[in-house]
Amino acid sequence: MRVVLAEDLFLLRDGLARLLEAHGFQIAAAVESGPELTRALAELDPDVAVVDVRLPPTHTDEGLQCALRARQERPGMPVLVLSQHVEQLYARELLADGGGGVGYLLKDRVFDADQFVDAVRRVAAGGTAMDPQVIQQLLSRRGAESRPLARLTPREREVLELMAQGRTNAAIAGRLVVTERAVAKHTANIFAKLGLEVSDDDNRRVLAVLAYLDHGRE
Amino acid sequence: MSIDERDGDRGPRTRTVAVAGVRGLALALISLPGAVVCFVLAAVSIALIPIGVGLVTTPYVLTGVRAFADRRRVLAAEWGGVRIPRAYRPLPQGANPWARTFGMLGDPATWRDLCWLVVDMTAGFGTALLPAALLLYPLEGFAIAAGLWRVLPDSYWYGFVRVTGQAAALGAAALAAALLVAAYLLVPALLRGHFLLTRAVLGSGSGELAERVRVLTETRRDAVDTSAAELRRIERDLHDGAQARLIAMGMDLGTAEALLDKDPEQARQVLARARRSSADALDELRDLVRGIHPPVLAERGLGDAVRALALRLPVTTEVTVELPGRAGAPVESAAYFAVSEVLTNAVKHSGADRIWVDLHHTDGFLRIAVTDNGRGGAVIGAGSGLSGVERRLGTFDGVLAVGSPAGGPTMVTMEIPCALS
Repeated sequence: MRVVLAEDLFLLRDGLARLLEAHGFQIAAAVESGPELTRALAELDPDVAVVDVRLPPTHTDEGLQCALRARQERPGMPVLVLSQHVEQLYARELLADGGGGVGYLLKDRVFDADQFVDAVRRVAAGGTAMDPQVIQQLLSRRGAESRPLARLTPREREVLELMAQGRTNAAIAGRLVVTERAVAKHTANIFAKLGLEVSDDDNRRVLAVLAYLDHGRE
Repeated sequence: MSIDERDGDRGPRTRTVAVAGVRGLALALISLPGAVVCFVLAAVSIALIPIGVGLVTTPYVLTGVRAFADRRRVLAAEWGGVRIPRAYRPLPQGANPWARTFGMLGDPATWRDLCWLVVDMTAGFGTALLPAALLLYPLEGFAIAAGLWRVLPDSYWYGFVRVTGQAAALGAAALAAALLVAAYLLVPALLRGHFLLTRAVLGSGSGELAERVRVLTETRRDAVDTSAAELRRIERDLHDGAQARLIAMGMDLGTAEALLDKDPEQARQVLARARRSSADALDELRDLVRGIHPPVLAERGLGDAVRALALRLPVTTEVTVELPGRAGAPVESAAYFAVSEVLTNAVKHSGADRIWVDLHHTDGFLRIAVTDNGRGGAVIGAGSGLSGVERRLGTFDGVLAVGSPAGGPTMVTMEIPCALS
């Protein structure tokens, strides 16, 4: 699997490249600025791009902008955006096109190499990887006003949180140490309580939950 | 001047003249005894300084003099449209009598006050009484013509007319009529003249400049205090937070290294703890950074930073932004933290379930309005958080206004003069 990596700090760029290579990825390019990233994405056509939000030359949200532009030109191009801080505002922009293959994680998540690599793979396969902090912010904001959310059992809430992060039923089952069938039952309950349409497509399911959390439907 | 404004409009003009006359009389009646009492007390108190008594009394007496002068400043603005800026030097809080006395005596404004008292009890008294006299004196003239001349002694003079008989009495009436016409034309101007005289003596000439200097001094002190307090807070947060965690992490790594061969299982546990420490340190640094300069503000500017802030609130918040460019970084930062504080206040105290934030730039001002549908009753005062916002904005000559009737809604508006790039 070919990866384009964009990160301006040498130590982090080097570390990420090593980590990904150790897990069987091939680094197609490791760049350090916005223009280089745009060129690499256009020329190398990678399977997934791992991009830092803040890149030179502007040191603002150059990386995010490049990723959004690239996805406009090639809809569905898998991009995993990394940042020192997560903002719902940015998550919303990344999810706005409704296509899959989007990830948005805190840089800290690389501490857990297995989970991080799993997220990269999920995004490359067209799935979603949302940082737990984004989901928690969404839940705490919507939780105060949304009655359907208040009706979820604690367990269902846990499942919802993991589902919104983009995890599959199998992954959720593994994480909560329950059977996959139990997770499927929770999922069905959650969708019924929130009034969402059940979908077999994992990714569409995630996007529906995220849209619900972000905008709500009372 | 407003004298000619209402010509041809008899009623209001007559009223204006009469009111000016009454005000002149009132001023004359206060200014003479007031100024004499103030001046005598001040002179005595200052003279008593060498024997110590003056040290105690002088600050009180001079404060009284200032209050008397302040009263006149207010009247000058209300009655004569003459602005006399106040330019006293601020006194340090809780200073001892010695410092207070000599601080006040070292202020040129104090000596201007005393000088003014002398002028006020003489020329000031005259100029205040003149409008009233010009209105009252004609009444006597008319009374003489109406028959009062009969009981007056032969050598009685009304103005320059010697009242000897009915003809002369009619002459006095003519003079009275002329005086009345003069009064009708001049009385408001004469009263204004009194206030202009007051300003000439009491105003420092560079009063507005002095006022500006005072405001700048105050806001600069606030800014310096605030930033020093911020730095102290950051230092403490780093010291107790990230630094401590990094130390713990280093220790854990050292322990793990030592345990690696002897007890790999325990080494693994220690390593896991080190990793948790580093995650916690990152969390704390992230919070700290958000408090110093939020990343979204650096990356996107004020509009998106406020939008991102609104998304973190537990209350539904609508944000409207109309900013064609970006303000300077210091203004953006001040505005952001001001909005943040106002929003925090609204969420904590108002009980609102909806908040609206509006940001726009017009006429060289960044204008921000934060409205909530809560219970109202917000005030700028100690502990409300809004006074801190006011101070923060003051550094940029920005102002804060709060409209919050009991029962709501609350609307907080902020204005900061600035240019957009």
